[in-house]
Amino acid sequence: MTIRVAKPGLFTTVQDLGRYGYAHLGISSGGAADPLSFRIANLLVGNRQNAPALEMTLLGATLEFEESAVVALAGADCECKTGSAEDLANTGFEVPAGAVLQCGNITGGVRCYLAVQGGLEVPLVMGSASTFIPGHFGGFNGRRLQSGDILQVRQHGSLPVRSLRPGSLDSTRTPRPLRVTKGPQQDWFEVDAFARLFSTPYIVSEQSDRTGLRLKGAAVRPRDNSELLSDGIPLGAIQVPQDGQPIILFVDQQTTGGYPKIANVIAADVHRVGQLRPRDEVRFVEVSVAEALQALAEQERWLREVFVA
Amino acid sequence: METIVEIIPASDSSLLVVFGNTISPAIHRHVITLFHALQSRHDPRIRNLHPGYASLLVDFDPLRLTHDELSAVVRQLALAADPPPATDASVVSIPVCYDIEFGPDLLDVATHTGLSLDEVVRQHFSPTYLVYFLGFSPGFVYLGGLPQVLYTPRLPTPRPSINAGSVGIAGSQTGIYPVDSPGGWRLIGRTPVRMFDPEAKPPTRLQPGDKMRFSPIDRARFEEMQHLAEAGLT
Repeated sequence: MTIRVAKPGLFTTVQDLGRYGYAHLGISSGGAADPLSFRIANLLVGNRQNAPALEMTLLGATLEFEESAVVALAGADCECKTGSAEDLANTGFEVPAGAVLQCGNITGGVRCYLAVQGGLEVPLVMGSASTFIPGHFGGFNGRRLQSGDILQVRQHGSLPVRSLRPGSLDSTRTPRPLRVTKGPQQDWFEVDAFARLFSTPYIVSEQSDRTGLRLKGAAVRPRDNSELLSDGIPLGAIQVPQDGQPIILFVDQQTTGGYPKIANVIAADVHRVGQLRPRDEVRFVEVSVAEALQALAEQERWLREVFVA
Repeated sequence: METIVEIIPASDSSLLVVFGNTISPAIHRHVITLFHALQSRHDPRIRNLHPGYASLLVDFDPLRLTHDELSAVVRQLALAADPPPATDASVVSIPVCYDIEFGPDLLDVATHTGLSLDEVVRQHFSPTYLVYFLGFSPGFVYLGGLPQVLYTPRLPTPRPSINAGSVGIAGSQTGIYPVDSPGGWRLIGRTPVRMFDPEAKPPTRLQPGDKMRFSPIDRARFEEMQHLAEAGLT
């Protein structure tokens, strides 16, 4: 079964939950920028959580379905039409054979995920289906989708379609500060740098993508100008170059770097970073590593309890 | 032998193991020894290892492993494993054509260093370099060992596009662009070897801890090797 890309949207790629075990070769983990929504989209159609699916950015794709298929959308809101009038959010739904699924503007965030029952079929590169744009590999031919591309859907047996409990996404959408733990180079910064980081808003700049989000706001300059020896960068690290303007390093980031890292977004909030738009306001709040891990455990529990058959 | 300076949680899912704060082959051997020791455990709870000049970042699944458990493993490995002697690594040879077309900044480097073109090239291919780590882009190596006479600042404005295989100098560093990308290093040559091939195992020609040399080739040999590389024969 195939899907033809009539219009690719602004920036649509095939993703999964990432490529691990190659950071020492300069290859970051990549994968869905909002992994929580990605997993929800797959679970709605009965897929395994890591099944390859589409990540659509700001403007969705228009797709022609050769045969009928069960699909689901999750993440930011997406105006979506198939010609029928059903409620398409929060549930897996059927696209009839020959139908065109038109995904329009994506609002209330940046990225919307489209999962197809069975999952998309792309060759695994280094064990992952995710598209790594800076390295020109993975996903669909190592690039974003273009008009005329033909996507293959995996053959599959019967899979359970699920729905989300009504209102269950409200908690993930309430605006609140990004939770961070202090970074490995916290000693490189004055105490008042943390005071500024945790008390003033930052604005997401236009120069933001899957490699990182550049922020503008109160400068948090390192106290000494000597250069840090380049070291490894964890996902969600907040590094600060000489100008004091923080950069959140993101899924397609460099694996090593030489700027000091003041803080790190907690794993449970990575999905929120994936939905930040240019010009959005961001605030940070410090939590302990123990609190961060508790939040992650709670998120996993929430994900197990949020579906109805 | 206890060589670890400190172990710091870098995030809720990673641990930074620090061996020192200088660039030296001796400190780096400890980084690589721990890197190999952890890699050979094939522990599915460990997701990624990022060697740096003097540290190793260990990224793990925090739902299945804690910072304390991992710290204990790291300390135990660091005590158990003495780094192998410095001479152990074999030297990987990377052919480079120092043609002026591939090295559009050769003249600038010669002017900046006061050396002749031939001397710039000879100085560049003479040493054995150490691969400290990879980063920036897939397969991009950070090499130690550039002769001081060749130190040249990077371009004031980066080029929007650089061909894969381009060899450059930036300050005290030299390296090879493994994929087409923008970049600000001074270009002095090009290798016909594919430094990064996502389908190959391993996908990069060089690994952290490798020793390497640049071996000069002429234009004819470059083209011959490039044809072989394109046909997948190297």
